Amino acid sequence: MHRASLRELRVELAAKRISAVELARAFLARIERCNARLNAFITVDAEATLAQARAADERIARGDARPLTGIPVAHKDLFCARGWRTTCGSRMLANWIAPYDAHVVERFAAEGAVLLGKTNMDEFAMGSSNETSHFGPVRNPWDTDAVPGGSSGGSAAAVAAALAPAATGTDTGGSIRQPASFTGISGLRPTYGRVSRYGMVAFASSLDQGGPMAKSAEDLAILLDAMAGFDPRDSTCMDRPKGDYAAALGGGVKGLTIGLPREYFTEDLAADVAAPILAAIEELKKLGAKTVEVSLPNQHLSVPVYYVIAPAEASSNLARYDGVRYGHRAPEYADLDDMYSKTRAQGFGAEVKRRIMIGTYVLSHGYYDAYYLQAQRIRRLIARDFTEAFAKCDLIAGPAAPSVAYRLGAKKDDPVQMYLDDLYTIPINLAGLPGMSIPCGFGARGLPVGLQVVGNYWDEARMLAAAHAFQQATDWHTRVPRGFD
Amino acid sequence: MLSRDQVLRIARLARIEVADSEAAALERELNGILELVGRMAAVDTGGVEPMSHPEDAGQRLREDRVTDEDRREAFQAAAPQVEDGLYLVPKVIE
Repeated sequence: MHRASLRELRVELAAKRISAVELARAFLARIERCNARLNAFITVDAEATLAQARAADERIARGDARPLTGIPVAHKDLFCARGWRTTCGSRMLANWIAPYDAHVVERFAAEGAVLLGKTNMDEFAMGSSNETSHFGPVRNPWDTDAVPGGSSGGSAAAVAAALAPAATGTDTGGSIRQPASFTGISGLRPTYGRVSRYGMVAFASSLDQGGPMAKSAEDLAILLDAMAGFDPRDSTCMDRPKGDYAAALGGGVKGLTIGLPREYFTEDLAADVAAPILAAIEELKKLGAKTVEVSLPNQHLSVPVYYVIAPAEASSNLARYDGVRYGHRAPEYADLDDMYSKTRAQGFGAEVKRRIMIGTYVLSHGYYDAYYLQAQRIRRLIARDFTEAFAKCDLIAGPAAPSVAYRLGAKKDDPVQMYLDDLYTIPINLAGLPGMSIPCGFGARGLPVGLQVVGNYWDEARMLAAAHAFQQATDWHTRVPRGFD
Repeated sequence: MLSRDQVLRIARLARIEVADSEAAALERELNGILELVGRMAAVDTGGVEPMSHPEDAGQRLREDRVTDEDRREAFQAAAPQVEDGLYLVPKVIE
């Protein structure tokens, strides 16, 4: 049952072969049994979860169930959920109980989904290995000495180990796609503005976007149907008609042209990752897609540009943590300034401090033009590369990460090396495009490899249909890590 | 390259206390990041408009009226120090 798809779970619930309460209990029991090995969850509240499950059962009995009614969903611990501790993986918010629901949390609640718990993450979503969390690193179910990726590493590990049938994540520079690749699950970052950021703790507001993480493209479609939609409370959420993603899954890849960026297939890509990616592209061709080489000539500038824009926006967003209105306050201080400085020194971890300080510097007097404006100009060049590429193709395919999951601690002391690993995911965030990672095989040490599929703006339905066609023809997305079957 | 003094000045601007024992590592790490970021400098961006939103969308406007309910107590319940509905901070004016 814990490996069933969302559609299968819905059928079981509708036929009353299982109740929402039984389903919630089954996943809570798996969390209880396995979480110590993974550290995927920060907060579990069985009583609150079971209360939601009971309400779902009543709704099913009344006959007004929706596709997600009674389905347990775990939320990355930066989505505010009323009455739930929402830590953002930080000491700063370690004891903060959210007084309101994020739009995404509201949407899932309206569908009757059951909140299963809050998942671990890199502190304030800043990290690519889940090692910056105040609550300790998450481990990869495929190799518990390896990282699960980040920053949505808790959600990825929870889905890969079947501690949750589905989870939410956020993706500012690859934080859904890279952990999905590292843990062998499917994850989708929607077009910027597709999913409301209301109640999603802010990191870099022009790049942040929430999205679903699950076993398959079919599950992602069902989840995105619930998550997407206009919300006036997020000033950058776009009022655009939303597709019916689940209904569009049958679209296939026949006749589609898939662009292969020449800059994505270079010596930066490890051979053990390249092989399954190329095999997956051959599979897509067999299913009726054509391929064409495209070029993204400015993509090598993406990481430098990102490390100006994201820290700049973070330094502004995280100015709110001042020890006055909520969160940590230093116990001892001399005056107001000292209270701010000690509170922030104690509340934030090293990576968050580094990024706030880089952001403070690039926005400071005399440096703004050279750094922030220059970064925003190159950002446009990077986005234009994609516009030109999409004139020749319908989708773009390539790797999501340059290697398989590495060992815990391997890159912890060299932030720049870890930043450079995000070279395939960051350009998509800068352009504001939708991207996903789906499992397509295994590389070194038997660890999963993800195929990244990038769509044009608002083209999530086409991406999901292509991924679904691939998953109908292959079984990579059904593989299970040993010890978590 | 940022000097030690510049690093400490940035920390002060960001209101983050830096212990003497942390300063050397921080200086090295920040300079490492700025070296990475410095790759942007050689790019000719003449005539390119800065991009802040993928669709160049502006901010939406709405009617200026209260739309949220008053939940002062719920919000202040999370504050470190509150009295009579006010947030307490160390004295700033003598």
